[in-house]
Amino acid sequence: MKLLKTFAAVLLGSACFSAPALAATEIQWWHAMGGELGEKLNSIADGFNKQQSDYKVVPVYKGTYPETMTGAIAAFRAHQAPAIVQVFEVGTATMMAAKGAVYPVYKLMADTKQPFDPKAYLPAVTGYYTDSKGNMLSLPFNSSTPVMYVNKDAFKKAGLNPDQPPKTWPEMETAAKALQKAGTACGFTTGWPSWVQIENFSAWNNLPIGTKENGIAGLDTKLTINSPAHVKHIADLATWQKSKIFDYGGRASDAAPKFYSGECGMYMNTSAAYAGIKANVKFDFGVAPMPYAPDVTKEPQNSIIGGASLWVLNGRPTAEYEGVAKFFNYLSSPEVQADWHQFSGYLPITKAAYELTRRQGFYDKNPGTDVSIKEITNKAPTANSKGLRFGNFAQIRDIIEGELESVFAGKADAKTALDSAVERADKLLRSFEKANQG
Amino acid sequence: MNASAVFKNRSLPYLLIAPQIAVTLAFFIWPAAMAVFQSLLREDPFGLATEFIGLANYVDVLEDPRYLDTVIRSCVLAVVVTAGAMATALVLATMADGVGRGSGVYKTLLIWPYAVAPALAGVLWFLIFNPSIGVVGRGLNRLGVVWNPALDGTQAFVLIVVAAAWKQISYNFVFFLAGLQTIPRAVIEAAAIDGAGPGRRFFTIVLPLLGPTTFFLLVVNLVYAFFETFAVIHATTRGGPNSATETLVFKVFNDGFVGLDLGGSAAQSVILMALVGGLTALQFHFLDRKGAR
Repeated sequence: MKLLKTFAAVLLGSACFSAPALAATEIQWWHAMGGELGEKLNSIADGFNKQQSDYKVVPVYKGTYPETMTGAIAAFRAHQAPAIVQVFEVGTATMMAAKGAVYPVYKLMADTKQPFDPKAYLPAVTGYYTDSKGNMLSLPFNSSTPVMYVNKDAFKKAGLNPDQPPKTWPEMETAAKALQKAGTACGFTTGWPSWVQIENFSAWNNLPIGTKENGIAGLDTKLTINSPAHVKHIADLATWQKSKIFDYGGRASDAAPKFYSGECGMYMNTSAAYAGIKANVKFDFGVAPMPYAPDVTKEPQNSIIGGASLWVLNGRPTAEYEGVAKFFNYLSSPEVQADWHQFSGYLPITKAAYELTRRQGFYDKNPGTDVSIKEITNKAPTANSKGLRFGNFAQIRDIIEGELESVFAGKADAKTALDSAVERADKLLRSFEKANQG
Repeated sequence: MNASAVFKNRSLPYLLIAPQIAVTLAFFIWPAAMAVFQSLLREDPFGLATEFIGLANYVDVLEDPRYLDTVIRSCVLAVVVTAGAMATALVLATMADGVGRGSGVYKTLLIWPYAVAPALAGVLWFLIFNPSIGVVGRGLNRLGVVWNPALDGTQAFVLIVVAAAWKQISYNFVFFLAGLQTIPRAVIEAAAIDGAGPGRRFFTIVLPLLGPTTFFLLVVNLVYAFFETFAVIHATTRGGPNSATETLVFKVFNDGFVGLDLGGSAAQSVILMALVGGLTALQFHFLDRKGAR
C-alpha cells in the first residue's frame, strides 16, 4: 500500500515537472561523437535549450559514423527519422542522392525565414556540401584537414631546425634520414592512408582524384588516382617503407602510437588529432603543413576536408523544422563555433569564428592550431581541390587502403595496385550511378 | 510406448508449441525471407528507388574472385581456431585431471578467460602485440623480427587466430575435464597393470572414450570460429590489412552496414545461410548415427 502511494506520488510529481518540458518541441539530433567530444556536443545543445524555451534539442549518441548513418537510414525507412543526423563526409554522395529523404539546409532556412548568409561560411568547408548551383545542402559541423606533426625534440637531436619542418617530399626524405641517423627508428608515419596520401595528396598538388570535378559535376565519374604522379608517390612510400623512412601504422588513427612513443619523428594526420597528441606525448611537438611534390606543382594548392556535417531529414512535423533552423543559426554563431574549434581542433565553419579565435589570441597561445585553416584557404580552390563526391565511397576508400597495404607490404607494385583500385572502384561507381539515375 | 497416448486433446500440443513457432517465425523465418527478397533488388539505401534485378546480386558476388578468397579464408580460420583451441584445451585438461593439491585454483584460473568478451580478447591481444606500445610487439621488433600486423596480413591473421582460440580454450577445457572425470579409473588402472604406458593409455582408452565430448566441442568450436570471431575482427583489424582477416560474416556486415550495399549484402547472407544450413544438416546426420550406436 505504501509502495502504491509512493508510486502515485512519483507519477504526479513527474507529471508536474515534465509539464513545462512537454510544451517545448523536441528535436532529435543523432550523432557519432563519443567521449569528450560527445560531452562538448551535449553542452552545445544545452546552451541552445537554455537560450529559449520553445524547442529542446536532444542529442543522441548512436555509435560510430557508419552506425549513426545506417541507424538514421533504417529509422527513415520505418518513418521514425530524427530531425538532424550527423553524417561523415564519405556518406555525402549517398545523402545528396537521396532527394526525397533530405531537407536541404538552404531550403530549410528559406522556408522558415531564418536569417542565412551562405557567404559567411568558409567556402573551402561548405564547398564539400554544396550542390552544383551553389546551394548549401547540409551544415558542416566537424571538419578537419590533414596536417603534419613533428617531434621537435627529435629534430633538435638530429641537428634539424624544428621551426622549419620539410616543405616538400624530397625534403621529407632528407629529414627522415637525418632523424634516423640520430636514433629515431622511423622518419614518418600517416593516419587515414587514403584520405591523407591519396585524396589530400591530390588536392594539395592540384591533381584530379576523379573525372567530372572529382565527381561533383556528375555521377558518371571515374577515379584517376593511377596517374604517373600518384604512382610515383605511392612507389616512393613503398621504397621508404623498406628502410623505415616511412613506416605504415594502419588505417584511421591506428598509427598514433608510433608518433606518441617517439618511434616516428613525423606524423601526418587530421588537425583534430591535436588534442590527443597534446595529451599523450612527453616531447615538444609542432604542427606544419603537409609536404608537396615540387615535380608536380610549383607551390601547394589547398587541402580538402574530412569530418562530418549535419543533415536534416524529411518526415518530421513542421514545427520541428523551425526549431532546427534556429538551432543551426545558433550553431553557426561565432561564439559557439570558436569555442568548438578551440576545444576540438576541428575547423571553424565561418570566417567570423576564425576572426574571433584570432582576436582572442588562441593561435598565439597554441602555435600550429591555425595551420589547418591556412591549408584549406591557401589558394582559391580549383576543380581538383574543392572536394570530392563519389558514391559508395566508404567501400571505395576500403579498396584503396587495401591496395595501398599490398604495395607497402611489397606484394604488389604501385602501378598495378592503383590500376586495380581504379578498376574495382569503377564497379561501385557504376552501380551507384545505376541505382541513383532516377 | 504409444506416443500419441500422451496428449488426449488434439489441439493442446499445437497450443503448447505455438509460442516457440511464433518466436521462430518472427525472429528467424521473417527476417530470412526478407533477406531473400532484398537480395533480388537493387535499391538506394533510403529505399526511395527500388529495382528488381533477379539474381544479378548473386552473380556479382560469385563472380568476384575476392569472394572465393573470403570463403577459403573463413574455412582456414575455422579449422585453425578449432584445432588450436581444442588441442590446447585437451592437453591442459589432461594435466589438470592429474593434479592433486590446489587443483581448484588451477582449474579456476584456466576457466577465467571465458568470462572475457570476444571483442575485449581481441583488443587485449592486439595491445600486447602492438609494435609500438605492446610488450611482446616491441620485444619482437627488438629481436629483429619485422613485426607489424597493420601491414603484414599473415601476422594479423595469426593474431586473430590466437585471440579467438585463447578465449575458447577455457570453454573446451571445462568440457574435456568433465569428460575425463567420467572415465572410470578402473579401466585406466587395468591398462596400466597390463603394462600400457601413459601415452598408450591416452590414445587407446582416454581419447576414444572422450569421443562424444570431442564431437560436441568440434561442432560448437566450428560455429564459434565462423560467427563469433566477428567481434574480435571488428574490434581490431576490421578485416585488414588488404582483406587478410576478412571473413564471410565480416564481409556481410561491412558491405551492408558500412557500404550500404543492401542487395549485395543480402545475397551474401543468403549464401551464408545455405552454407550454415548444410553444415547443420551434416551435424545432425552424424549426431543421429552416434546416437543410434
